[in-house]
Amino acid sequence: MANMVRRHTTSARLWRGGLYTLLIVAALVYLLPLVVMLLTSLKPLDDIRAGGLLSLPSTISFEAWSKAWSSACTGMRCNGMSGYFLNSIAIVVPAVAISSFVGALNGYVLTKWRFRGANLCFALLLFGCFVPFQVVLMPMARTLGWLGLASSTGGLVLVHVVYGIAFTTLFFRNYYVSIPDEMIAAAKLDGAGFWRIFWRILLPVSGPIITVTVIWQFTQIWNDFLFGVSFAGFDSQPVTVALNNMVNTSTGVKEYNVDMAAAMIAALPTLVVYVLAGKYFVRGLTAGSVKG
Amino acid sequence: MPSNVSAPATGERRHRRSLAGHIERVLPRLVVAPSLAVALFFVYGYMLWTFLLSLTNSRMLPQYDFVGFAQYARLFANERWHVAATNLVVFGGLFIVSCLVIGLLLAIFLDQRIRQEGALRTVYLYPMALSLIVTGVVWRWLLNPGLGIQAMVRGWGFEDFTFNWLVDSDMAIYTLVIAAVWQASGFVMALFLAGLRSIDDSLFQAAALDGASLPRIYMRIVLPSLRPVVFSAVMILAHIAIKSFDLVMALTGGGPGYATDLPATFMYAHTFTRGQIGLGSASAIMMLCGVLAILVPYLYSELRGQRNG
Repeated sequence: MANMVRRHTTSARLWRGGLYTLLIVAALVYLLPLVVMLLTSLKPLDDIRAGGLLSLPSTISFEAWSKAWSSACTGMRCNGMSGYFLNSIAIVVPAVAISSFVGALNGYVLTKWRFRGANLCFALLLFGCFVPFQVVLMPMARTLGWLGLASSTGGLVLVHVVYGIAFTTLFFRNYYVSIPDEMIAAAKLDGAGFWRIFWRILLPVSGPIITVTVIWQFTQIWNDFLFGVSFAGFDSQPVTVALNNMVNTSTGVKEYNVDMAAAMIAALPTLVVYVLAGKYFVRGLTAGSVKG
Repeated sequence: MPSNVSAPATGERRHRRSLAGHIERVLPRLVVAPSLAVALFFVYGYMLWTFLLSLTNSRMLPQYDFVGFAQYARLFANERWHVAATNLVVFGGLFIVSCLVIGLLLAIFLDQRIRQEGALRTVYLYPMALSLIVTGVVWRWLLNPGLGIQAMVRGWGFEDFTFNWLVDSDMAIYTLVIAAVWQASGFVMALFLAGLRSIDDSLFQAAALDGASLPRIYMRIVLPSLRPVVFSAVMILAHIAIKSFDLVMALTGGGPGYATDLPATFMYAHTFTRGQIGLGSASAIMMLCGVLAILVPYLYSELRGQRNG
C-alpha cells in the first residue's frame, strides 16, 4: 500500500525529510540500550564512574567479559556464567527437539488423518498457549518431586516440552492445512502408510515451518525465567536465573561492566538467531495472531 | 512419490493387510493421545488442583482441609494484593496503549516506500528476541539515577535534570512500562505492517483520485480495516501484561517496598517464599480468570467471524 503520489514539490521533500528523521531517531532510541550495554561491558570501572553512559571507553577491555564468563559471583558461587550457559543448552536442545517433533506429528494427524473429535482435540491442546503459568507452578513442583525430577535438568526439559506442545502443534497444524489433501490421497492409493507419508511427503516440504518452530521454541526456552527460578536446583539453573542472581548479588563493589557483559552473554544466542533468521522469527511471532 | 501399486493379494496377505489396516485406523489417534493426555493432566488437571489448593489453608506445604473461599476473602482484604491488581491495570493499560500508538505510527511511516526498510524493521524488532531478564538488567542500569540517564544529562550541563523513577515508589511502575514498551512495540509494528500490506492498493488509489488527503485516507479507510489487527494485538499484549513476572524481578524486584508488585510476583512471593500456598493459589486462580476474561470474547468473535465468512 506504499503508493504515495510522488510530487516533487518542496513540501513533499520536507515531508520525506521529516519522515526519515523520525524513523532514524526512533531506530537510535531502540538501539540505545544495546549500545550502552555493549559500551559498558567494554569499559574499565573507572571509566564508568567518570564518564557518561555513552562515553567511549579509554581502553577497550574484555576483562569484564572474561570475568562474567568464568569468575563472577552469582549468589554464593563465583564461577561466572559459563556453567549456567551450558545448563541452558542442556535444557534447550532436548526440549526444542522433542516438542517440535511431537508438534509436527500432532499437526500431521490433525490435518491429514482427521478423526471424529479432532477439532475438539485441537481446541483442548490450544488452550495450553494461553494458560498463565502461575496456575501450574505449585502442582508441577509437587509432580516433579514425585517423579524424582525436582531441581534437575530433566525436570526442566519435561516442563518445557509439556507447555511447548501447544505452540508447536499450532504452528504445524496451520502449515499442514495448506498442503493439498490430494497429495496424501494419491499416496494412500499407492499403498503408502501413515509413517511413510509423514517421512516421505510431509517432512520434505516442512523446511520453513520447522525453522519457524525451532526458532520460536529456542527463543522461548532460552529466555524462560519463571520455570527456571521455580524448578531448577543449583546445578541446573539456566542462564537467565544466573544473570538475575548475579545482578542482585550485593557483596563488594558493584561491577556494572561485568553485569552488562553477563547480560550480553545471556542475550547473544537469541540475538544471533534473530539476526541470522529474522524472517522466520517474525513469522513465528505473528503465526498465532494473524490469520492466514 | 512411492509407486508400489501392490500385486494381487493372496489370502494370507489380505489378512495381514486388514490387521495392518486396523492399526492404521487407530494409529492417528494413538499418535495424538499422549499429547492430549499431557494437556488434560498438566493443564486442566493442574488448574483444578490449584483451584482446590486455593480452597485450603495450605501454608508451607500443600494440605487438604478445606476452608471454602476464605483465602479469596483474605486476598481481597490484602493491601499488597490491591497494590498488585491496581499496578496491573495501570501497567497493562499504559503498556497496551503505548505499544499500539507507537507500533501503528512506525508501521505507517515505514509503509511510505522507505529506503532500508528491512534494516529499520530489524532494529525496531530486535528487543523482542531478548529475555525480559536482560531487558530488566539493561534498563535498571539506564535508569539508575547515580550513573544512568539522569547522570548523563546532568553531565551535559542540565544540573537540575531529575529522572529517578526507579527509586521513587510513586513512579517506579512507569519504569516497567518504559522497558516493556521498548521490548514489545516493534512486534506491534510488525503486526500492523503486515495488516497495512494486505490492504488492497486500489482502494487507496481510488480515494487518492477522489482528492482525499493522506491523513483523511488513513483515518477513514486504513484504520477501520486494521481493526482485526488491533484486536489481536490488544489480546496478545494484555496476555503479556498479565503474565509479566521476569521484567519486574529484574528491573525493580517489586520495589521500592512492594510498590511495583504485579499479580504474578505476588503469587510467586506468597507461594514460594512466604509460605502462603493457599493465598498464592487463590491469586493464581484470579490471574487465570483475568486471562479468560480476555480470551473468551476474543475466541467468540473469532469463531463467529469464521462462521460468517
